[in-house]
Amino acid sequence: NMARDDDGDEDFVTFGTALEPLEDGRPLRKPIPLHEQTVKDEKGRYQRFHGAFTGGFSAGYFNTVGSKEGWTPSTFVSSRQQKADKHHARPEDFMDEEDFGEHGIAPRQITTSLEFSSSRRDEAAERAKAVGAQAALIPGDTLLEELISPAKSSIGVELLRRMGWREGQGVGPRVKRKPRRQQQAGGTKAYGCMLPPAGSEDSEDEYEEFAPDNVTFAPKDVTPVDFSPRLGVQGLGYRGLDPGLALLGRGADEHIDLFRPQSESRSRLFGDARSSVRRGGVAGQAFGVGALEDDDEDVYHRDSMSRYDTVLGGEEPGDGLFGWTAPQQYTKKKDKSKDASYLGKILEGFTLAQNPPEEKVIFPPPALPSNYRPVHRFRPQVDVSRLSGVSPALAQALKTSRGHMIKEDPQQEGRHQLDSGQRRTMLGEDALKGETHSSGFYAGSDVDICMDHHLFRCDLRPAENKSQVAKQDLLVGVAPPPSGLQQQQKVLAAWRGSNASTQTFKPFEKTPSKQARYDLYLDRLRQGDTDALEQSLDQTMTEWERSREREEFVRASVLYRPSSSSLSSRFTSAKHKEDEDSVEVNRDEEGDVDDKQNAVKMKMFGKLTRETFEWHPDKLLCKRFNVPDPHPGSGVVGLPKVKRDKFSVFNFLSVMESREMAGGSTQGVLVSEQSHGLDLQSSEKKTAGDEEEQQEEDEEQEEEESRPSMDLFKAIFASSSDEKSSSSSEESNDEEDRKDKEEGKTDLQPANLFTITTSSVTTSSVTTSSVTTSSVTTSSVTTSSVTASSVTTSSVTTSSVTTSSVTTSSAITSNSHTGAGCSAHPTACVRVRVCVCVCVCVCVCVCVVENLSSSLLFPGAASYQKSAQEELEFGPKLPPPSTPAGEHRPPPSSTIIANTSTARLLSR
Amino acid sequence: MAFPQPKPQAPQLPQHLLRTIDCQQGAVRAVRFNADGNYVLSCGSDKSLKLWSVSQGTFLKTYSGHGYEVLDADGSYDNSQICSCSSDKSVILWDVATGQVTRKLRGHAGKVNCVQFNEEATVILSGSIDGTVRCWDTRSRRFEPIQVLDEARDSISSLKVAQHELLTGSVDGRVRRYDLRMGQLHVDFVNSPITCVCFSQDGQCTLSSSLDSTVRLLDKSTGEMLGEFTGHKMKGYKLDCCLSSKDTHVLSCSEDGFVYCWDLVEVCSPLCFKVLNTRLINTFPGEIQLCGGVANANS
Repeated sequence: NMARDDDGDEDFVTFGTALEPLEDGRPLRKPIPLHEQTVKDEKGRYQRFHGAFTGGFSAGYFNTVGSKEGWTPSTFVSSRQQKADKHHARPEDFMDEEDFGEHGIAPRQITTSLEFSSSRRDEAAERAKAVGAQAALIPGDTLLEELISPAKSSIGVELLRRMGWREGQGVGPRVKRKPRRQQQAGGTKAYGCMLPPAGSEDSEDEYEEFAPDNVTFAPKDVTPVDFSPRLGVQGLGYRGLDPGLALLGRGADEHIDLFRPQSESRSRLFGDARSSVRRGGVAGQAFGVGALEDDDEDVYHRDSMSRYDTVLGGEEPGDGLFGWTAPQQYTKKKDKSKDASYLGKILEGFTLAQNPPEEKVIFPPPALPSNYRPVHRFRPQVDVSRLSGVSPALAQALKTSRGHMIKEDPQQEGRHQLDSGQRRTMLGEDALKGETHSSGFYAGSDVDICMDHHLFRCDLRPAENKSQVAKQDLLVGVAPPPSGLQQQQKVLAAWRGSNASTQTFKPFEKTPSKQARYDLYLDRLRQGDTDALEQSLDQTMTEWERSREREEFVRASVLYRPSSSSLSSRFTSAKHKEDEDSVEVNRDEEGDVDDKQNAVKMKMFGKLTRETFEWHPDKLLCKRFNVPDPHPGSGVVGLPKVKRDKFSVFNFLSVMESREMAGGSTQGVLVSEQSHGLDLQSSEKKTAGDEEEQQEEDEEQEEEESRPSMDLFKAIFASSSDEKSSSSSEESNDEEDRKDKEEGKTDLQPANLFTITTSSVTTSSVTTSSVTTSSVTTSSVTTSSVTASSVTTSSVTTSSVTTSSVTTSSAITSNSHTGAGCSAHPTACVRVRVCVCVCVCVCVCVCVVENLSSSLLFPGAASYQKSAQEELEFGPKLPPPSTPAGEHRPPPSSTIIANTSTARLLSR
Repeated sequence: MAFPQPKPQAPQLPQHLLRTIDCQQGAVRAVRFNADGNYVLSCGSDKSLKLWSVSQGTFLKTYSGHGYEVLDADGSYDNSQICSCSSDKSVILWDVATGQVTRKLRGHAGKVNCVQFNEEATVILSGSIDGTVRCWDTRSRRFEPIQVLDEARDSISSLKVAQHELLTGSVDGRVRRYDLRMGQLHVDFVNSPITCVCFSQDGQCTLSSSLDSTVRLLDKSTGEMLGEFTGHKMKGYKLDCCLSSKDTHVLSCSEDGFVYCWDLVEVCSPLCFKVLNTRLINTFPGEIQLCGGVANANS
């Protein structure tokens, strides 16, 4: 209001309800007359002021007691029948309800009962007191006791007392008091009048110094924190100038701390013996200067602001860490008493440690000598057998304890001692030209150590690896049947004595019984059983089935024969097989090494030695090299890979072809030899046109050699485009075949079988068979041998297309020996008819191989039957026959023509 | 008036030995110049890597942290980092100034033969006896390589990076050139274990030395052989070869302790000069400097 009066323009924030402004001109209100001043009780009834002495209001019923009629005494009625019960009047009966109110004479409220009031009521003591009162000098009087009865003590004090506490002691467990350091050791000289030292209780500590060790003391009592009410008018935390301090004469240049955070008493509470030097005497400007004193310059004391705090809180006394619990090294204090002064800073719930933890001593690791090499050398194994003076029992114990005591093969060096040449021979690779001692990369005394770190390249491409084996097997397979026995011998040699645990590959896992037989076979092989194969076969099966299985087992055991132990220990079997039937194969296979080697020999670097692959760098790598991604959007990293069937012919094709090209076809020679015996005459009969045809086809083959798979497709499907022309040669060949058959006195084919084989697709594929065979053998003689196979078995010849080159051609020749095999199994021919529609060649191939393996003991066929079956599964994935060379798709009519021409030729 | 420029001198072969530094770290496995040729890194078989000043021949710093002998090292373009590889299968990225290990990269299955920064020192490429080249990212904190090039079938013996191309020589007798820009891998078959590969200064050719004691200069794009340099002896040791700073001469170490030097164009009898027990050489523009790594320990 005042502010408003002073300055009307300003707006102030006001709290509470403002009083009505006083208006000067208006006269004061009339005082309320007495009759208007009414009082109402809580029920809204008017209360009249009643009686000046009692100070009460009107009571009762219209100022009467009890009833309308006024006070009526209760009548006492008692009869013999109905005795009046004793009526005990209580004070409450004569009280109004107001009397029980808060301000009444007997207020009713919840209070602590006597039981729990500050002094506990002791019934026994009261009773005793009552008894004692009877016997007292003045009966019923306990004056004396009341005089000396103690002041009432609270229940808390009572409890403490019962626990053994005594007045003047502190609360807590008893402690062993340490001898106090002499704090006032030097003592302060007191001049003049001086206040007694602040810690007056210290005097009593002095004798406690000499307390024996086994005596414990109650803790010292603490005076509670004094929350003294503020009496002054200063602000919170401000203490004002202490006249006492001024009297004691602090130094003028001392800092005047007006915001002492803790009071004097508080600091005393924590035992902080302040060592402030107090000068006695009365000094200061307030007293002026005496006449005798010289120095009067202090009279007009100039107070400098530097003596005062300008910031609230100000500089923290002490470490300046502001309560942060810094690492020990920063807060480390030598003086323990100083720590106590930081008590205020210790976090709630924490106390100062009595015994500081011992510092951990960290010892530095020993310095390694400069010639230390982190390679562990095992002690040479003790050859027990050579120890002469050792008992056999001890030798046995030694043997078991060391696991492998005697080297199995003294010649065989550890895997670390192998060089690249030995590895190469193990892996069956071709030798590199020049010196290939990669061990020689490092010279001097370190060579042996370097060798320890030699590692095998473990990720040899599986396809290549297998193709190596396959190459060998093909050679074997082409050889005449007696080589089957040789192969068995070879297998036996490979498996004999090999460790059983190395066998992890299960080729026939899909048919457990077969796998079991195979395992049995392998077991027998390991035992060196020469009859292993025959014994392990199931005798209940048909001869045909058995012979087939025989081939398969031999094949499988050759393919997956145990590698030497040192090598196989480097490999572990895969934990997770993604897809058992397919392997990852690099899309672009590296070309033939032999070719390149020849080129290098001839120093014809360039096209022959250079190969370029599509390679996908990682996206991030491109980014780091500041190069745009060459194949954006391709999820491939590295060389692109293609999933292929594990035993697909396609995996082996490239190798075999190169083999044929480079090394001259062994198989071709074989075949030609056989065919020589068969059809010398027919080869003579060959027309010139036929040879031309052959050459053309050869050229085609060479052109397409770079892509084996495509080549195959073309061989199967595209070559039927020139079917018409070739069919003529076909016819002549077929005719020759038939003649050959007749000359060779082989079984003649039934007529109905013949009609089946002249179905359209078979004929076309006969042509293709001639194509592939020619590519393989590159000799017209062989072709003639192929074509020499009888017309009736032409369905068999078809298969040669899919089962790739070598084996098939040999199969054809062999089949030409016994055409009866086919006739004996009309089911095969039926299957031919069934499969005509889609992948005829594939199915035919299956039939053929089955036939072959049943009729002949031909080693090469079995594995390829397997591959052929794979092909069959693979079949639907193949593009339809028209896709590789769509325009070359033979119309059915042409095939019919071919058929008829064949028929015509035959009828001639 | 302007004087005509003096006729540029024909590049000359090194005439005299500039300096010999006794590294005192056992057999020296590799010696490498830094990017500007003022400093030299020597990889010792005593697990240490040492930095030397070329001009004064003074020792500057030792980088120790490898667990086994250091096989190769390379400095980054800005001289702030060094990468080194060792027989302990690890590649270490060093901070040059402090000598601290910035990152230790593990992943190779065998000892790491060669290591190289790319141009911007964002990738470390390391070739190992396990037949892989691993590309490590120096920018991220990943501990896996960006990419693993596992095309080689035997140990990677040598590795060079030029712009967007990566040249590797392998014991399987093939020189592989990865072209990141084209996304192609070119494989040149040499039929003898490769000991050292390098690019020519003009970037058109590759030079490869192999254990059939031949150094071949191949055309980069076609793979044709432009020159074949023989006469030295390289049968079993991994010795270095290189081209001179102006592509005028081919230099190669030989097991007889000489450094052989051929004229690039006239492939005739080699000049050779003897550097005691030289194993490694390196050239630098301006002057041909040869680093002689002393092969026998304690010398």
